[in-house]
Amino acid sequence: MKNILQRLIYAFGPSGKEEEIRSVLKEELAVTGLQLKTDALGNLIATKPGQGGRLMLAAHMDEIGLLVTHIDDKGFLRFAPIGGQDPRNLLGSRVVFADGTMGTIGAETIKEAKDLKIDKLFLDIGAATSAQAEEIVQIGSPAVFAPHFSHQGDRIIGKSLDNRAGCALLLAVIRDLPPVDYHLDFVFTVQEEVGLRGARTAAYHLHPDLALAVDVTRTGDTPESPPMAVELGKGPAIKIKDTSLISHPRVRDLLKETAHSRGIPFQLEVLARGGTDAGSIHLSREGVPSGVISIPTRYVHSPAEVIDYRDLTNAASLLSAFMQQEQLFPDL
Amino acid sequence: MLLKRLSAAFGPPGQEGEVRDLLRREIGPYVDKIWTDALGNLLAEKKGLEEGAPRVMLTAHMDEVALMITHIEDTGLLRFKTMGGIDQRILVSKPVVVGVKKVPGVIGSKAIHLVTPEERKRAFMLRDLYLDIGASSREEAEKLVTVGEGAVFNSSFCLLGDNRVRAKALDDRVGCSALVEILQRQYPVTLIAAFTVQEEVGLRGARVAAFGKDIDLALVLEATMAFDVPDSKPHETVTYLGGGPALTIMDRTLIADPALLASLRKTARERKIPYQLRRTGTGGTDGGAIHLTEDGIPTVVMAVPCRYLHSPASVIELSDYHHLVDLTSAFLSELTEGRADK
Repeated sequence: MKNILQRLIYAFGPSGKEEEIRSVLKEELAVTGLQLKTDALGNLIATKPGQGGRLMLAAHMDEIGLLVTHIDDKGFLRFAPIGGQDPRNLLGSRVVFADGTMGTIGAETIKEAKDLKIDKLFLDIGAATSAQAEEIVQIGSPAVFAPHFSHQGDRIIGKSLDNRAGCALLLAVIRDLPPVDYHLDFVFTVQEEVGLRGARTAAYHLHPDLALAVDVTRTGDTPESPPMAVELGKGPAIKIKDTSLISHPRVRDLLKETAHSRGIPFQLEVLARGGTDAGSIHLSREGVPSGVISIPTRYVHSPAEVIDYRDLTNAASLLSAFMQQEQLFPDL
Repeated sequence: MLLKRLSAAFGPPGQEGEVRDLLRREIGPYVDKIWTDALGNLLAEKKGLEEGAPRVMLTAHMDEVALMITHIEDTGLLRFKTMGGIDQRILVSKPVVVGVKKVPGVIGSKAIHLVTPEERKRAFMLRDLYLDIGASSREEAEKLVTVGEGAVFNSSFCLLGDNRVRAKALDDRVGCSALVEILQRQYPVTLIAAFTVQEEVGLRGARVAAFGKDIDLALVLEATMAFDVPDSKPHETVTYLGGGPALTIMDRTLIADPALLASLRKTARERKIPYQLRRTGTGGTDGGAIHLTEDGIPTVVMAVPCRYLHSPASVIELSDYHHLVDLTSAFLSELTEGRADK
């Protein structure tokens, strides 16, 4: 899974510009025999047709980024955030455009830390004039944090583990697909970071009876962090609630029961602020019982997020075991 | 001038009847079917010339930012809340009309003689303001207005020079007017026009407008902020008057469909119709709701740049408006079968 994860991290894919990450995922999926489809918004759907219920498994493939809004006479670029960007993470960060062009982020003179706002920041791509800059980027060009992947001990440090870790997890489950008869849709969604958008239209299209999202969540295990009962290395987190979703009690309990019976370590997650694709999916049509398996992640939305690799493999085991539960579709 | 009549019409969110009636009369001769849905959206279908051509939704919202009467004081003065994004600081002393009967009034507060030095340091906010319709008692006021009625700015439509217009509610009567003009021509594609309600309070009409209509792609016609004024830095202008319609790349509610956007820009270049890109990631339009309808609809937004948006007196340049109509018409003429990538 590590090699795939690294490959996914190096694929470009800010919200709304997911072509590259989608094509990498397509390549990885080509050998699996699943039916592949890309929908109107760009969601990549991998289907194994079946009978007796419809399960949707979603991981978003987009990542946060920047969008160029202005190019000045000296070749500096101004930008708008794509998704939740913290200016403190941006200052001094390196970013890349789709063609590999590198940029670094500088700031106007700022006297106090609280004045550090995104509109005080600019991007320097080494251009000396607007004409030079415009040969490389245009207004509307998106950029992402420069890719990085390190594996040290049990931990992985990398860009966009949110949510390439979730994508890698789904790929791992697909590669070793449990023998099930029901209908299965794996969805690599677009535009999660700007408002859970791809998942909304995908869920409408697929009309699932049950859905799980796989995404990262925050932790409370760093010095003086806000309290949160999730730590790295203690197993995948089963979501109780976040801002977008209260997990369906049956789905949540079945996940817990599965982990218990298989001896897979797990934690329970209450995320004070944040949402996932399941937030959109559970409100689709007449409602979809939905839950989330989360991968505990430090420094979410920074250029260098950290996960514990064992949490990722345990999350894959949990999902795989869950899929083989007999009580997935009690109402059908 | 249609834009003038549309601007003058009364249309707070949820109370768009006058705008709707006006639009229904205007588009009647040019469409095959007209209906109003459960939320009040005015919908119309205009069959395309080509069999099997795409079904294109064109939308503009009918509602305008407004006030809502919430309480009538014993003195006959009215209290109110805002509907949609109105800067409370601009409200004092503005003439308004209340309700579909357009009862005239003015937003009052303390005269300068009575304002203490301390109070002068801050703007009058809702709690300091009331709406005066000339009634001297609650009973008298109740004969003229009721709680729940909307109120809109009462400002005249006027030409500034030859090419600019100052008026209220240009957001989005300018889009409504453009859509009426567009419907007057014939296209290969089938058009489904949606004049939506309640955009200013959360893209609500648009959320249902595209449902069940088998739409292949959507174009949203809007007014957007221009900040081409002395106190803005070059990177803060967003759009400027006279640069042509502004195309959205991304706002708070939508990332425009890249293929559709590229195709529109190509049409503009080939036809030599000026356009600009909207240079901000903020704001939202009906496109945010439409593109998420059912299994997703490729959507773009085109907007007339507008100074002083959401105020009693916004300013647009008419050439931008005409170029919006021309670009949309040209694009629709070139669309044939298939989806956004034509």
